[in-house]
Amino acid sequence: MVKNFFFQLGKYALMLRQVFKKPENPAIYLRQIMVEIQNIGVDSVGIVAFISIFMGAVLAIQMAFNIDTPLIPVYTIGYVTRQSVILEFSPTIISLILAGKVGSRVASELGTMRVTEQIDAIEIIGINPATYLIFPKIIAAIIFNPILILMSMFVAVLGGWLAGILTGLVPSSEYVYGIKAFFEAYDIFYAIIKTIVFAFLIVTISAFHGFYTKGGALEVGDSSTKAVVQSSIAIIVFNLVLTQLLLS
Amino acid sequence: MIEAKNVYKAFGDHQVLKGVSASFDTGKCNLIIGQSGSGKTVLMKCLVGLFEIDKGQVWYDDRAFSKMSFDEMKVIRQEIGMLFQGGALFDSMTVEENVMFPLAMFTNQTNEENLERANECLSRVNLENVNKLLPSELSGGMKKRVAIARAIAMNPKYLFCDEPNSGLDPYTANVIDNLISEITHEFNMTTVINTHDMNSVIEIGDKINYIHEGKLWWEGDKDSILKSDNKELNDFVFATELTRRLK
Repeated sequence: MVKNFFFQLGKYALMLRQVFKKPENPAIYLRQIMVEIQNIGVDSVGIVAFISIFMGAVLAIQMAFNIDTPLIPVYTIGYVTRQSVILEFSPTIISLILAGKVGSRVASELGTMRVTEQIDAIEIIGINPATYLIFPKIIAAIIFNPILILMSMFVAVLGGWLAGILTGLVPSSEYVYGIKAFFEAYDIFYAIIKTIVFAFLIVTISAFHGFYTKGGALEVGDSSTKAVVQSSIAIIVFNLVLTQLLLS
Repeated sequence: MIEAKNVYKAFGDHQVLKGVSASFDTGKCNLIIGQSGSGKTVLMKCLVGLFEIDKGQVWYDDRAFSKMSFDEMKVIRQEIGMLFQGGALFDSMTVEENVMFPLAMFTNQTNEENLERANECLSRVNLENVNKLLPSELSGGMKKRVAIARAIAMNPKYLFCDEPNSGLDPYTANVIDNLISEITHEFNMTTVINTHDMNSVIEIGDKINYIHEGKLWWEGDKDSILKSDNKELNDFVFATELTRRLK
């Protein structure tokens, strides 16, 4: 098992070396990046906004129920909601959601292209298939995932505010004061760094499984499952590593 | 001319090619025939570099292809067109985008010039008014013809066809065979075709290589194949009632 892990890790590194080779025609790659921004990023806006608004609302309500003492000011609910959302919920939980959505899409797309010989056809034309197929996806995710996460932060904080008002647990003025209190811009920087690393992991791990799929439809499904599971595990592990590196 | 010299290829413990030496002549339809599992597709993928060979050499005219790096191979690959068994058209692209793809990638032509060339290739394979269709909207025969159009778009010197008429009705299969043969002679290409369709052998087999148990067992042409006394070849060629009656 350990031997296989290092074998796969080596294969993954070799794939990355292929991915970052000089593109044959930069104009075509630029167009591909735009296509992937649409496929990977813009198409995820809806699900990210939906999850974020409920995530923020639940966080605010839970805080309100748990901070049921006059010793802690009410604005703490807004403050804690904002901090939880910025530091952890948006970058990590939304990245895990994207690992499911984007990861399975990338792995199944490349896996299907592999088993239907489309990747061989690209190679025969004289194009490096790893660069052509994977590089634009990486760039698209690295550009657009931070935008998604920033949007998620805003929507989640908004969700918390709405929940507070609608349930009557937090007055609007207290919540707004809380979300502005003790703000550190570095927290956003930390979240963006995490998001970029997670975006890279999601796309490259999923692409790795799709690109090296062997067999037929069943194996494409297997690749898709492995892509989601392994990119989720990588996110969890790198979350700890990056937190230690950036916040300690 | 393409030459395979003493080519070996194994997958794990399974030795598929056991020292195949064969040559494929310019301006001819060179057929590779053999039973399923004999190593035809593996040989073809070794010839185009999709599989790395374990031992031996592959030469394209005076260029040692098998010794080249991935980047060096890319130059020769721009001279290769390949028709895959299932067509291997890009699902997300329309017919014209599929044919224009290599042109857009490797030429400095304008989009209009690329489109003109794509239309020329599509009309050469007798396909018109299908430019905006997606591969999923095409029949099996049309997919193969679009794949041929894509393969010839860059005026290749070498054309590879992996079972070009598998899954097609006899009439369409014949149309595809004749199309490949015409294109080969018209553009003086070196064409290598993998097939186990005896009709193709009789119709377009300018040169035939019979692969058996991972080795080149027999070579000849469409006239000599029917007169051969090679037992294994005869078992393969005359396996059906139709070919036995033909004999």
